[in-house]
Amino acid sequence: MNQTPNMQARQTSRLSRLVNIGVPYFWLGLFFLLPFVIVLQISLSEPALAQPPYRLLWEWVEEGLLQIQINLQNFMLIWEDDIYLYAFLNSLWVALVCTLICLLLGYPMAYAIATARERHRIPLLMLIILPFWTSFLIRVYAWIGILNTNGLLNHFLLWLGVIDTPLQILHTQTAVYIGVVYSYLPFMILPLYANLTRLDPTLLEAAADLGCRPLRAFMRVTLPLSMPGIVAGSMLVFIPVVGEFVIPDLLGSPGSLMVGKLMWTEFFSNKDWPLASALAIVLLGLLVIPFVLMQRLQQNLDEGRT
Amino acid sequence: MRFLSMSHQTLALALSLLIGVPFASQAEEQVHLYNWSDYFAEDTLSGFESRSGIHPVLDVYDSNEVLEAKLFAGSSGYDLIFPTARPFAARHIKAGLYRPLDASALAGLDRLDPDIMKSLEEIDPGHRYLVPYMWGSTGIGLNLKKVRAALGDEAALDTWGLVFDPDKASKLAGCGIALLDDATEVFAAALAYLGKDPNSLDKEDLAAASDLIKGAHPYIRYFHSSQYISDLANGDLCVAHGYSGDVLQAKARAEEAGKGVEVGYRIPREGAVLWTDVMAIPSDAPNPAAAHAFIAYLLDPEVIAGISNYVYYANPNLAATSLLDAELRKDPGIYPPPEVKAHLFTLKERGDREIRNLNRLWTRLKADR
Repeated sequence: MNQTPNMQARQTSRLSRLVNIGVPYFWLGLFFLLPFVIVLQISLSEPALAQPPYRLLWEWVEEGLLQIQINLQNFMLIWEDDIYLYAFLNSLWVALVCTLICLLLGYPMAYAIATARERHRIPLLMLIILPFWTSFLIRVYAWIGILNTNGLLNHFLLWLGVIDTPLQILHTQTAVYIGVVYSYLPFMILPLYANLTRLDPTLLEAAADLGCRPLRAFMRVTLPLSMPGIVAGSMLVFIPVVGEFVIPDLLGSPGSLMVGKLMWTEFFSNKDWPLASALAIVLLGLLVIPFVLMQRLQQNLDEGRT
Repeated sequence: MRFLSMSHQTLALALSLLIGVPFASQAEEQVHLYNWSDYFAEDTLSGFESRSGIHPVLDVYDSNEVLEAKLFAGSSGYDLIFPTARPFAARHIKAGLYRPLDASALAGLDRLDPDIMKSLEEIDPGHRYLVPYMWGSTGIGLNLKKVRAALGDEAALDTWGLVFDPDKASKLAGCGIALLDDATEVFAAALAYLGKDPNSLDKEDLAAASDLIKGAHPYIRYFHSSQYISDLANGDLCVAHGYSGDVLQAKARAEEAGKGVEVGYRIPREGAVLWTDVMAIPSDAPNPAAAHAFIAYLLDPEVIAGISNYVYYANPNLAATSLLDAELRKDPGIYPPPEVKAHLFTLKERGDREIRNLNRLWTRLKADR
């Protein structure tokens, strides 16, 4: 009642700040932390022939006595059986190779769009975004039709006379790389484009005035300044590709074992939700590492700039 | 009261106008079916709707595992499902996932093949939960011309050796060999080829089978449970380990396409899996009455014969056999003659731990590790 208007204003601003911070935290808690806790809890439980097919961690044994049983066997199995290690390493390797190819293809494309005339940029960007209007799954299926031994690519190459017998590309590791690079290339191009358009062209002019050749100017000025774009694009490609399931399943060979497929097997064929969850937790742990590295890099860049 | 119901109607009308069609269509009775892909005839669903007034909504799967995962997760929303009896439906009965059937709502149960009913009795005593839908075998689908070109006209085609004998498989690898992505099926086939009990869990037997599969691995193009249908039909595969009706569907598609691809189905002489797919109602089915109506509809000999004519699987309805196309009745792949049928065996139930071990062994084999 006896508050001064000033105090009231301060209080409402504190309230609005609380809401501003609270909403994102609430969002993260509900849609990240809670699911994570659920998955973690399943990963520490035991499979059972029930609905759902695992035993809860806690159990009321008798009145007032709560028994909690934690099962670490799932993580031990992942540690002991080298098939899981192999799948993790293979997934990381596939993701790394695909990220590099996406970067090599995506950078020139993003650069070309960013330096194109203003009125050409939107149509060019549309060409990148347009494939998203078709379902991802259908686009991967389309690659089956293209890469098949009876498919478009082989017919074309045979017609050209480059090859005599159809190439077996579908169901090989190459097909996985093609599918992944095709599907994830836009995720590399878009952040790079956003970064490259914001670069100050006068910096390059200054470099030229000071006698720097275009290639050297690119290496010394554009490339370092586009580092945040490169990092963002690489993360957007790398992280989802590690857990990719659909593309290796549809295009890949039985030998290209990736974690996503392994999780599918544990979840569906084995009804072993606890082990599938444990794999998900380990994968999450592994993916935190590149994130930390990225943050370090970003920090270094920021410090270097100031 | 009248006023109230009227106001409800107006409200519903207003809402349905607001949101469009969905609201209106929810008012009619529905039955949610979850079945294998390509496992009904084209007119099966429309026939049921015009007969009963209930609107059937169909979702499809291509492996028992996917169905099973949804069942175990709970609240799948399906009223009627079509799992394979062994080991899947047997396990689901144990886990209490099914609702007991009301036999009084199912006229025509007495027309079902007593042999098949007897074999289901073991997993479903008293037939409380399951009604058989179709049965078939798991054998070998072939591109006849290409296989003969690779192995010679005289070569025996009714043998697992096409897949497991490196000498033969290496000649066929170029035009493509595919195996089902199913540990139980592949191990059963490998054990049968080795002349051992296909249901064996003996460590030495499994090791021998897994060595056999390992030896064949370089010649196998992929492991998949439905892709081979279109690949066989298009001539992209030479040999496919697959379900009888699926291979015969590929055969029909190849004939339709008229590109000269000739598909054949063989039951290997070393033995092959005989399976039965059944109908069951999940315990949490939203509309079990409609599910009963649908089972009763499928018990109609004309309806089930129409489906068999379309999907190339044998049905257990004895009254329907005379209604089948002669081509089907005489096809040894669909109704095998007694001397071939003697080679067929059923899969036995296994414990969860054994299945997991087998599946992990399978994962390792597929990845060639």
